[in-house]
Amino acid sequence: MFADGQKIKITARSFNFYYGKFHALKNINLEVPEKQVMAFIGPSGCGKSTLLRTFNRMYDLYPGQSTNGELLLDGKSILDKNMDVNLLRSKVGMVFQKPTPFPMSIYENIAFGVRLYERLSRSEMDDRVEWALKKAALWEEVKAKLSQSGLSLSGGQQQRLCIARSVAVKPDVLLLDEPTSALDPISTAKIEELVYELKADYTIVIVTHNMQQAARVSDFTAYMYLGELIEVGKTDMVFTNPKQKATEDYITGKFG
Amino acid sequence: MISLYAKRRFINGFNLAMSLAAMMFGLFWLIWILITLFNAGIGAISPALFTEMTPPPGENGGLLNAIAGSLMMTVVATLIGTPVGILAGIYLAEYGNRGWLAPATRFINDILLSAPSIVIGLFVYAIYVAKVGHFSGWGGAFALSLIVIPVVIRTTENMLKLVPNSLREAAAALGAPQWKVIAQVTIRASRAGILTGILLAIARISGETAPLLFTSLNNQFWSLNMNEPMANLPVVIFQFAMSPYEDWQRLAWGGALLITIAVLGLNILARILFRQKTVN
Repeated sequence: MFADGQKIKITARSFNFYYGKFHALKNINLEVPEKQVMAFIGPSGCGKSTLLRTFNRMYDLYPGQSTNGELLLDGKSILDKNMDVNLLRSKVGMVFQKPTPFPMSIYENIAFGVRLYERLSRSEMDDRVEWALKKAALWEEVKAKLSQSGLSLSGGQQQRLCIARSVAVKPDVLLLDEPTSALDPISTAKIEELVYELKADYTIVIVTHNMQQAARVSDFTAYMYLGELIEVGKTDMVFTNPKQKATEDYITGKFG
Repeated sequence: MISLYAKRRFINGFNLAMSLAAMMFGLFWLIWILITLFNAGIGAISPALFTEMTPPPGENGGLLNAIAGSLMMTVVATLIGTPVGILAGIYLAEYGNRGWLAPATRFINDILLSAPSIVIGLFVYAIYVAKVGHFSGWGGAFALSLIVIPVVIRTTENMLKLVPNSLREAAAALGAPQWKVIAQVTIRASRAGILTGILLAIARISGETAPLLFTSLNNQFWSLNMNEPMANLPVVIFQFAMSPYEDWQRLAWGGALLITIAVLGLNILARILFRQKTVN
């Protein structure tokens, strides 16, 4: 599936996930290549967000959710009971569907995550905040008002602030859970450009309902349906020449 | 035959009229109380009210010792009750989603919230006042703090529950341990609401009489000693209003007006704070 020498960042082998008794992810086998963009597509409720949220063990926050099988980050088990979940999450960042700025200044929104794992001097922190905001293409818009509340920004700016916040802690992987579904087309375009630029440094997994978006931003696409991984491959292959009939039906709009 | 539209208009008009009538009925009594209070109490408001002690019958005086006593006991009760209430509220909202302890605590807290305050007064009398052998300001403050705690627990829990889970997830997704998520994100997001709850709890205890009758009782003289019986506005109002002396009754009206204005002020402050939060 991948070009020779392509390093694998995340691996799932016979991976299953349960909400209580509900079998939400069934026997998932998947390899996410490093420093590439992988998109998860599929109809609502197919398990793509659920799968994404296992990569940083977000499900740990809630009772009654369980897993079995294997899930590896750089060859090490994510599911290991002894794994420091907070450390894992500092390496696997996540941006959510709705912008979630913290109720603090723009500067503090970024510094919050950095302070968790690094001790920086005031000037180093200033540099880091600027660096992260530039990475998220937000610096020019907010550099004059860093002490204002993050809530004062527009929706698209808030979402880029959230991306800057995730980038600021220097993770290896960025998980984007429908990051543009609450945004207008211009903000969406900005974030898509951003994804394209960020993949030079990060492995990115993006969940999207928008197939054009998947086609535009991703190198690899995985199609899921009813908790199963139906097909995964290079994006242009999946979109132009899908191996599975189900994938073709979904992509051509016959279903879903 | 009346058309469906006319019927709906009639039902709408009828219900609107009934709701308005019910609102007017409630408001009518409230405004009557306020007017009576102002008419009777305004005459007692004078510099002497704030500078002189409660007098014997037939002499001039004020309510200074009662105002000071009420302030001291309210402050101490708030200092005891607020941290306990906030911490318990945090437990219920943030950690209480598994196990039996949180639902049990929530149930008991609801009972405490609606417990008659005289029961709380009797309880403190039995476990503290009777043991030390005399009424005291500490006993009064302790009884009032038992009223503050359930109010603060309830509002803190409710306000934290209003914080969307997506905010907790976003902080956790950066690798923040749960205590940091709570201390730096969720508490901050619900700060105005929690503060409002504390102000409403203070408003609630500033008019409580029953728990003080059994604990701090009253003191005719100037005293800031929390180990002695302590003067306070509600009990002074109770004693003076029941007396046959006209100047005592006048002071009771003045004290009642003072408490009402203070409670009104706290409520308005709480509303302003809460509105600022919702604007954000």
